Amino acid sequence: MPKLTIDGREIEVDPGLTILQACEQIGIEIPRFCYHERLSIAGNCRMCLVALERSPKPVASCAMPVADGMVVHTNTPAVHKMRKGVMEFLLINHPLDCPICDQGGECDLQDQAMGYGLDHSRYKENKRAVEDKRMGPLIKTIMTRCIHCTRCVRFTTEVAGITDMGMLGRGEHAEITSYLEKAVDSELSGNVIDLCPVGALTSKPYAFVARSWELKKTESIDVMDAVGSNIRVDTRGAEVLRVLPRLNDEINEEWISDKTRFACDGLKRQRLDMPYVRKDGKLQPATWPQAFAAIRERIGGLAGAKIAAIAGDQADCEAMVALKALMTGLGSTNIDCRQDGAKLGRGFRAGYIFNSGIAGIENADALLIVGSNPRWEAAVLNARILKRSLMGPFPIGLIGEVKDLSYSYQHLGTDPAALKKLLSGRSDFAKVLKAAQRPMLIIGQGALTRPDGAAVLSLAREVAEKFGIHVPAKSWNGFNVLHTAAARVGGLDLGFLPGDGGRDVAGILEGAGNGEIEAVYLLGADEIDISRLGKAFVIYQGHHGDKGAHRADVILPGAAYTEKNATYVNTEGRVQQTRLAAFPPGDAREDWTIIRALSDVLGKSIACHDLGSVRGMLVEANANFMRPEETMQATWGAFGTEGELSDVPFHSPIDNFYMTDPISRNSETMAECTQAFVAPKQGKTGTHG
Amino acid sequence: MLKDADRIFTNIYGIEDVGISGARARGDWDDTKALLDLGRDKIIATIKESGLRGRGGAGFSTGMKWSFMPKEVGERPHYLVINADEGEPGTCKDREIMRNDPHKLVEGALIASFAMQAHAAYCYVRGEFFRETEALQRAVDEAYANGLIGDNACGSGWKFDFYIHRGMGAYICGEESALIESLEGKKGQPRMKPPFPANVGVWGCPTTVNNVESIAVAPTILRRGAAWFAGIGRSNNTGTKLFNISGHVNKPCTVEETMGIPLKELVEKHAGGVRGGWDNLLAVIPGGASVPVLTKETCSTVLMDFDSLKEVRSGLGTAAVMVMDKSTDLPRAITRLSKFYKHESCGQCTPCREGTGWMWRMMERICDGKATADEVQLLEQVTYQVEGHTICALGDAAAWPIQGLLRNFRPLVEVRIAGQKPQQAAE
Repeated sequence: MPKLTIDGREIEVDPGLTILQACEQIGIEIPRFCYHERLSIAGNCRMCLVALERSPKPVASCAMPVADGMVVHTNTPAVHKMRKGVMEFLLINHPLDCPICDQGGECDLQDQAMGYGLDHSRYKENKRAVEDKRMGPLIKTIMTRCIHCTRCVRFTTEVAGITDMGMLGRGEHAEITSYLEKAVDSELSGNVIDLCPVGALTSKPYAFVARSWELKKTESIDVMDAVGSNIRVDTRGAEVLRVLPRLNDEINEEWISDKTRFACDGLKRQRLDMPYVRKDGKLQPATWPQAFAAIRERIGGLAGAKIAAIAGDQADCEAMVALKALMTGLGSTNIDCRQDGAKLGRGFRAGYIFNSGIAGIENADALLIVGSNPRWEAAVLNARILKRSLMGPFPIGLIGEVKDLSYSYQHLGTDPAALKKLLSGRSDFAKVLKAAQRPMLIIGQGALTRPDGAAVLSLAREVAEKFGIHVPAKSWNGFNVLHTAAARVGGLDLGFLPGDGGRDVAGILEGAGNGEIEAVYLLGADEIDISRLGKAFVIYQGHHGDKGAHRADVILPGAAYTEKNATYVNTEGRVQQTRLAAFPPGDAREDWTIIRALSDVLGKSIACHDLGSVRGMLVEANANFMRPEETMQATWGAFGTEGELSDVPFHSPIDNFYMTDPISRNSETMAECTQAFVAPKQGKTGTHG
Repeated sequence: MLKDADRIFTNIYGIEDVGISGARARGDWDDTKALLDLGRDKIIATIKESGLRGRGGAGFSTGMKWSFMPKEVGERPHYLVINADEGEPGTCKDREIMRNDPHKLVEGALIASFAMQAHAAYCYVRGEFFRETEALQRAVDEAYANGLIGDNACGSGWKFDFYIHRGMGAYICGEESALIESLEGKKGQPRMKPPFPANVGVWGCPTTVNNVESIAVAPTILRRGAAWFAGIGRSNNTGTKLFNISGHVNKPCTVEETMGIPLKELVEKHAGGVRGGWDNLLAVIPGGASVPVLTKETCSTVLMDFDSLKEVRSGLGTAAVMVMDKSTDLPRAITRLSKFYKHESCGQCTPCREGTGWMWRMMERICDGKATADEVQLLEQVTYQVEGHTICALGDAAAWPIQGLLRNFRPLVEVRIAGQKPQQAAE
């Protein structure tokens, strides 16, 4: 290991590190703009210059690898002078419009100018002005502020996998641009806002909304997809103003998808803020006792078999465990958390989670994707696949729809027959998988929500066993189920599934249609075919006046994910908790407390009194809940059932990335994104609905 | 003065036949196989011993540069890249070689490639050099037709291909790593070093980038021996060199001379002397636009080689001597150079992108008599803020002419500052 001296301190660091990283290890902070841990090194801002003995020129510490015997100075008057010089150059053409800049208060340039800026400007010429660029509904540009660090260019090419951004012109006239003045077409585009060290790229929906120091910051978890990205929710009063990513190398690194970031304005629209009861065919505002009384009146005497409950895609574990207890108390086994009818959950846990973990993608050396469009189903996870493919040879095969996934892949077919062919070992890709040391399979909901989903799952298991995708001896399990619903793995872990003789979602809908089911409890379930609920008495508990609420007979207003302390399990099987960032609006309450109160009214009291005891119920139901933030190797065993395979092509369940749940459907920003990105691809014009 | 017998570029004025038969008559391609048979180590050692320093401007030992290439060819092939993007203002030596003595370049490329185990050489020619490209292409075609290069170059069994790539006229693409980027089809922006091209060069493979003149002199050095080349000039500044003399001289010319010839002798012997006599001399830029300007006193004594010019805080650069007599508005001339660097900055790194424009604007105001006294000082500080802080040497190149002006001709600048009447340069 190379030994070097930094500011008189001798340290030994790993080879391959840069001087800047070595400095960080001993707590010396080097100012920088263009350098970013997760992007390639550009070395163009020159802010990180340090003096290196025996080198005629100062070196850019972000790019210079450490070597044995180096003597580095980071704190001499000469180095300070260099930094001041660079800072002056950065500022001469910067507009210094901090008072009207949204980056103000969280601006790298502002912060570092405090340390290295001059107290007055020596620049007497006219400042350069740069025309703003159109980059779509999410990114606001004020390009005069740009310092040409190219972080955004490197991010879009290296992480988002698109080539929409770059630098045009040269010298003083160099401009960062989206070339054709078109919207940056990536599900991860919002991250350039965080990456931009100045106010050149800022959030369009958040423009002039708030100052960073006015906001209360709450660390939480995202529920827009099943990735469980770690987020920070910024609120002012009861309003969620923005969502930012939090570091978690295991899951989202430092990125979040645009839906995670920008759908939060949906939290302010169409909210259910008081209970409603349907009277004379119309939903009328009611008090909690009135709503509970209406429920008791209708289901008090019903036989358990006539009652059913469906948990939605954003239901939290606390609410699900409480609802399951209530349904058990009422004698019903008709419960299901698989709105989309996925044929998952029976059998071993390894059969329904993303076993390798998201970070595990980087260890794989071949990938087979079955019935999934990861770019839309889990944009952040897709970035990890791209990252892996940029690291070196990484053959990817896809069975399913041909979509632009931002990396190249081999298309092996569209239906289960292609998977069958692969299993027979006849295809070229079978040889690739065979030769790989750590092959991986990602199976999406597009393959599992079909009538033959269980058979496809069983087939996928056979493929995994045959091609070494799961090798117990190597403790490598590359069999990965990619979920789309944040609530799903939690629901499956809790056994929110039909009990003995119970009905699944299809059975419940059929029963409701023919009168065998008389009451249905929808826990935020909106993605089912509401029209098939027939004459059943529908209780809807949720936070948005979405599809389910429109059909409801009683509405119980619940809390959205930013308004409760709740547990979610992501697609990897990782237990994570959201935190209350703002209180639910009006009379709305945290979801488990509603069910707890209702259970008293129905005379089937659940034995929990506070969050601690509900979480106790979670642990009782499944020991995994004991270890939040961790993933555990799941036992491998039989899952899926052999059966007939249809020849219908796989189809991803997500037709519009930007609108998948009640929150994003009510978001104005997401509607604009749909117009800008999705509608053109579907050949729609402005005159379509 | 250089003896005719020691001249390497014997057809630099294009008087004789440029084609292969003429080249052969001048000794090119004469038993090149024997030179290759010397073996790689011997070739590199000879070039090292000859003391040949890169002719592109930086003056790094060519033999040393060749020896930096990996000894064994790994998975990645080796490449030779020839820098013919001759864009330095005042410089016109490489174009003469390509126009009138192109076979020297092609033969040199074969030898250098063989020594570095490269099977291909790419010659990046400045876009404006249209006729030069044609001439070079003719030479390459002739060499192929005669079996001198190709699958079995000169019967040596070595496979060697020579490709010409035309640039698009960006000055920065003459910087070796920007040239590599441009060759790869990307925007011409210098790369960070390390890694150096010898390790990660064109398409990520080990690459050496050499100037046209450095490559073109190699065959003659090998034929006549390292001692012959090293015997010309001073120690550490050996051999012959093509000088371009332009500006206020009676006979502007390109001439091959001994390294280390006194500047005054060079100008008077070959360029017919300064217009109006030596005493009418104001200043000389001795090595292309990028090096600091010299006063008449210095010019009277200085020797034209790397070390002598470095001693007087200037540089040999590309050896393009620009002579300015007393009719010259020197601050205005340097301002024009500043504008050039501002225009040619790639815009990648901060000090150069922002600094070149700032320096040019201040120079303009100084020339227009609109600047104040403390701005001259500010200008000087800005040049030092740019110098040495950039990715490539363009920042230095933009700073040095101004530094030279302020160091050697400060009175000419100070008479221009506000409140003082602008007047014609005086002693």
